[in-house]
Amino acid sequence: MLEVAVVRFPGSNCDLDAVRAAEAVGAHAYLVWHRDTDLRAADVVILPGGFSYGDYLRAGAIARFSPIMQAVQRHAAEGGAVLGICNGFQILCESHLLPGALLRNARLTFVAKPVDVVVERTDTVFTSAYSTGDRLRVPVAHGEGRYVAADDTLRLLEAEGRVVLRYVSATEDSPLQPNPNGSANHIAGICNASGTVVGIMPHPERAADPIVGCTDGLGFFTSMVARRPQSPLPKVQNR
Amino acid sequence: MSYRVHVRVMPRAGLLDPQGQAVEHALGALGFEDAAAVRVGRAIELDVAAPSPQEAERRARQMCDKLLANPVTEDYLLDVEER
Repeated sequence: MLEVAVVRFPGSNCDLDAVRAAEAVGAHAYLVWHRDTDLRAADVVILPGGFSYGDYLRAGAIARFSPIMQAVQRHAAEGGAVLGICNGFQILCESHLLPGALLRNARLTFVAKPVDVVVERTDTVFTSAYSTGDRLRVPVAHGEGRYVAADDTLRLLEAEGRVVLRYVSATEDSPLQPNPNGSANHIAGICNASGTVVGIMPHPERAADPIVGCTDGLGFFTSMVARRPQSPLPKVQNR
Repeated sequence: MSYRVHVRVMPRAGLLDPQGQAVEHALGALGFEDAAAVRVGRAIELDVAAPSPQEAERRARQMCDKLLANPVTEDYLLDVEER
């Protein structure tokens, strides 16, 4: 059974949603306290959404130095899968496990609403259940989600096909406003070079159960259980 | 010796600073049309125990590089003052 560790920081508030979504697809999911130093037998680590350390200084800046993050760094360095959702994405950027940073939304307001994103990369541990070009409707809930990076970093991300999710413009059947935060290149989520570490601003765990009216995010969880935990990581081709 | 270190963290030039824009807009609405290029950053003060001001600044720089400023998006200025 796939072992999924969900890290709980002081101020995490989507940790139980992540556990529930992982359990719904047949994984064994458990919480790990941020002061712990051991991820136990985790195949996958999820850094959940929330407001770790009250977003003091910068979102994710203090959580990055929590004791458990050393274990997460090791896990990632060994090719282990890590998914950062919202505050988890911010922590991954602050930890330099992903490039760039997440700044205050361009319109300064906290945005909590469904958005439309397109899946651009499907060979990651968390997106293999989708097809390239799939449009998903998933909620966002953040005040600091404007992804920025140096120009050469952005060029690299695009050249290597490391944009996992991108906000898409409205169409006739999807009248939602595009890009809720003003992120560079409309980026909603990226991955590391090998596709094992993924950070996204939208909340797939909040769109993973028919009871909430939308299951577009479920694929993030079915993807991770579809991959056998012991199998070697697929070599990711640059696109 | 103890030194008071004043750290000024500012959004990097060229990056969109929506807080600065909002403040500038509010100033304009209050009749301060002469205010321009407003940027909003963060000020941090701390005591650093060190044998010399140079050493206090070196330590403060390490603190900025590691935690107080984000090297991707922010620049910082240091001021070291004898207590």
